[in-house]
Amino acid sequence: MNNLRRLIIKGSMAAGTLGVAVSAGLLMPTTVLAAWPANAFGAKDMTEGLANLLGSSDMAESGDIKIKAPDIAENGAVVPITVTATMAGVESITIAAPNNPAPLVASFDLAGGAHGYASTRIKMGKSGDVIAVVKAGGKLYTAKKGVKVTIGGCGG
Amino acid sequence: MTLSRREFLHLMGMAGAAGLLPGSLRASSQRPADLYEIPRFGNVCLMHMTDCHAQLNPVYFREPNVNLGVGAALGKAPHLVGNAFLKHFGVAPGSQQAHAFSYLDYDVAAKTYGRVGGFAHLASLVKRLRAERGDGNSLLLDGGDTWQGSGTAYWTRGKDMVEACNMLGVDIMTGHWEFTYQDREVIENIGEFKGEFIAQNVKVTEEALFDYKFSDFDGFDEDAGTAFKPYTLRTINGVRVAVIGQAFPYTPIANPQRFIPDWTFGIQDERMQAMVDRVRANEKPDLVVVLSHNGMDVDLKMAAQVTGIDVIFGGHTHDGMPAPTLVENSSGKTLVTNAGSNGKFLGVMDLDVRNGKLQGYQYRLVPIFSNLLPADPAMQAYIDQVRSPFKAQLEEPLALAEETLYRRGNFNGTFDQVICDALNKVNDAQISLSPGFRWGTTVIPGQTITMENVMDQTCITYPETYRREMSGADIKAILEDVGDNLFNPDPYFQQGGDMVRVGGLDYVCDPNQSFGKRISEMTLDDGTRIEASKKYMVAGWATVGSQSPGRPIWDVVADYLRDQKQVKITKLNTPKLVGMKGNPGLEDYPAA
Repeated sequence: MNNLRRLIIKGSMAAGTLGVAVSAGLLMPTTVLAAWPANAFGAKDMTEGLANLLGSSDMAESGDIKIKAPDIAENGAVVPITVTATMAGVESITIAAPNNPAPLVASFDLAGGAHGYASTRIKMGKSGDVIAVVKAGGKLYTAKKGVKVTIGGCGG
Repeated sequence: MTLSRREFLHLMGMAGAAGLLPGSLRASSQRPADLYEIPRFGNVCLMHMTDCHAQLNPVYFREPNVNLGVGAALGKAPHLVGNAFLKHFGVAPGSQQAHAFSYLDYDVAAKTYGRVGGFAHLASLVKRLRAERGDGNSLLLDGGDTWQGSGTAYWTRGKDMVEACNMLGVDIMTGHWEFTYQDREVIENIGEFKGEFIAQNVKVTEEALFDYKFSDFDGFDEDAGTAFKPYTLRTINGVRVAVIGQAFPYTPIANPQRFIPDWTFGIQDERMQAMVDRVRANEKPDLVVVLSHNGMDVDLKMAAQVTGIDVIFGGHTHDGMPAPTLVENSSGKTLVTNAGSNGKFLGVMDLDVRNGKLQGYQYRLVPIFSNLLPADPAMQAYIDQVRSPFKAQLEEPLALAEETLYRRGNFNGTFDQVICDALNKVNDAQISLSPGFRWGTTVIPGQTITMENVMDQTCITYPETYRREMSGADIKAILEDVGDNLFNPDPYFQQGGDMVRVGGLDYVCDPNQSFGKRISEMTLDDGTRIEASKKYMVAGWATVGSQSPGRPIWDVVADYLRDQKQVKITKLNTPKLVGMKGNPGLEDYPAA
């Protein structure tokens, strides 16, 4: 199964659509990866995790990144997040939820020529921002969007 | 003492002579023959009802004395109550309109003017307006929350209302509480509904699309992934009218997701913009309206962000607004209405649409006084027939009301207090929690509280009660969470309900604070401070996450009422408010 998965991922890379998806060890068994960046996805602090993964936490806010996420999550266990980055030369899209115990959630490496687009589901224990960090042309850009996780009930 | 129609009209005449009538009526050259004489205007008439909550027969319904606006909403419609409301909308104090729109002198006025709403009375008005506007020149829109809220709707799984709406001739509807039946029942009810059910903001989840169980349903669009038809186009008197549906965006959060696991909602204002643009480009409509269950604050924000909508006909927040709010956005203006609840009003908008554009409008939110409008015989016969199997249950007397029992308002109403007290007493709990719904009819002093009144306040499809220990921190977390749903300054984070009702618990609430900081000084009724780490026995109902183990809430409340025999509230657990002095959304509040 791991082989098959690896093949699929290889295939998708060759097609230049979507590269490697890593999600806190959920999407992919850690054994598959030669170098699982435990110091990034295991970090309790977002800045530290981002620096460990991307080599820097020095980033600029960008209006070219759009995060689509619900204002209030229907289910905190599966919050749909879509990140679209329209700048040139997008190399990777990283998603973080700073209020999660391990804030770094996923990072997508994109092959050259790929659209700056990543869509996934993330788990959020409580309300907070969802942060996207886009690496493009060797530089880091960021944007955020608030998502509320509520206990629900009491609707009019 | 209830006035007859003739006595009432006589009284109206006197009020007119005494200068008590609202400006719009006084200004007309001749005294109106009756309240329901609404002059024709323009060429298209859109009638709008919303949030009747399955009240087939006339009811009492007290408007709130607490409807706080915070942030940008401070002092603006719909966050006005009582005298501030009347002043803002130019409604004469003491008039029958003032009774319809406000809580002022409620006990006396309710006895004078009688019950409001009722489908048979509504049907008479709708028929009359249809006839006056001419065949095919009007549409009847229903904003939803129509198939839930009464004992008979609960026992027939919404079907009594589907047929009543068919008889009334509802042309187009959207929904919210309609989705609180099982999904197959929702699909079945919509199948039996003769009008069109529309919602642009309900999609089938990506997981469910693989093997969708309702793939044969008419409104489902596999390519778009939408579960229901998003919009419809009607030609009214030669005018092309596009109506886009907006269901309650937070249905799976405010109500159980487990009944409708395959559907995902959300405000989806980008999708709304795309929809408006596409409809305008492809269908070339003369008028674009949205039939919305967003709630008024969300509608006002949406109207400021989405361009190209002429009118949003709104509901959900149960705001009976005599006039629309005009909202400017980057490319034009949008009218936003809200048409109250419990069958009390019919919104009537006459529009002048020419040369592919809205040129002018006339709007009335017409109160349905059952003493002034005759009951439509066919509708009344249907209502009597659909109620007959449940008559004995509904009419069971439980206790006598010694004061007005109501719910609507940001904090505990008196009927909520009855429910909370019942939970504490019957379940032997220290603290009780009850949802801040905005529906639930009113019982006036001297009236016998029947099982029907209890059902009107409680009948949901997840009525089970619980009794469990919670820490002080847990209780505070619940209050903060619900408080943020009500007082978050960004309307898109509001769910449109009121604050959770509490029994046995007092607290201080500062609505202007941010999340987690609004609630303080929590104490038990005897003044003992609530401690974060200490455990308290809590009773409640209406859990959305999973089914609770206890008896349905109406049985608990009925037990309590039978035991009490007479009901007078000794203590109302409403919070002490901070920072709300002078807020026009607050009147006659003991602890401001």
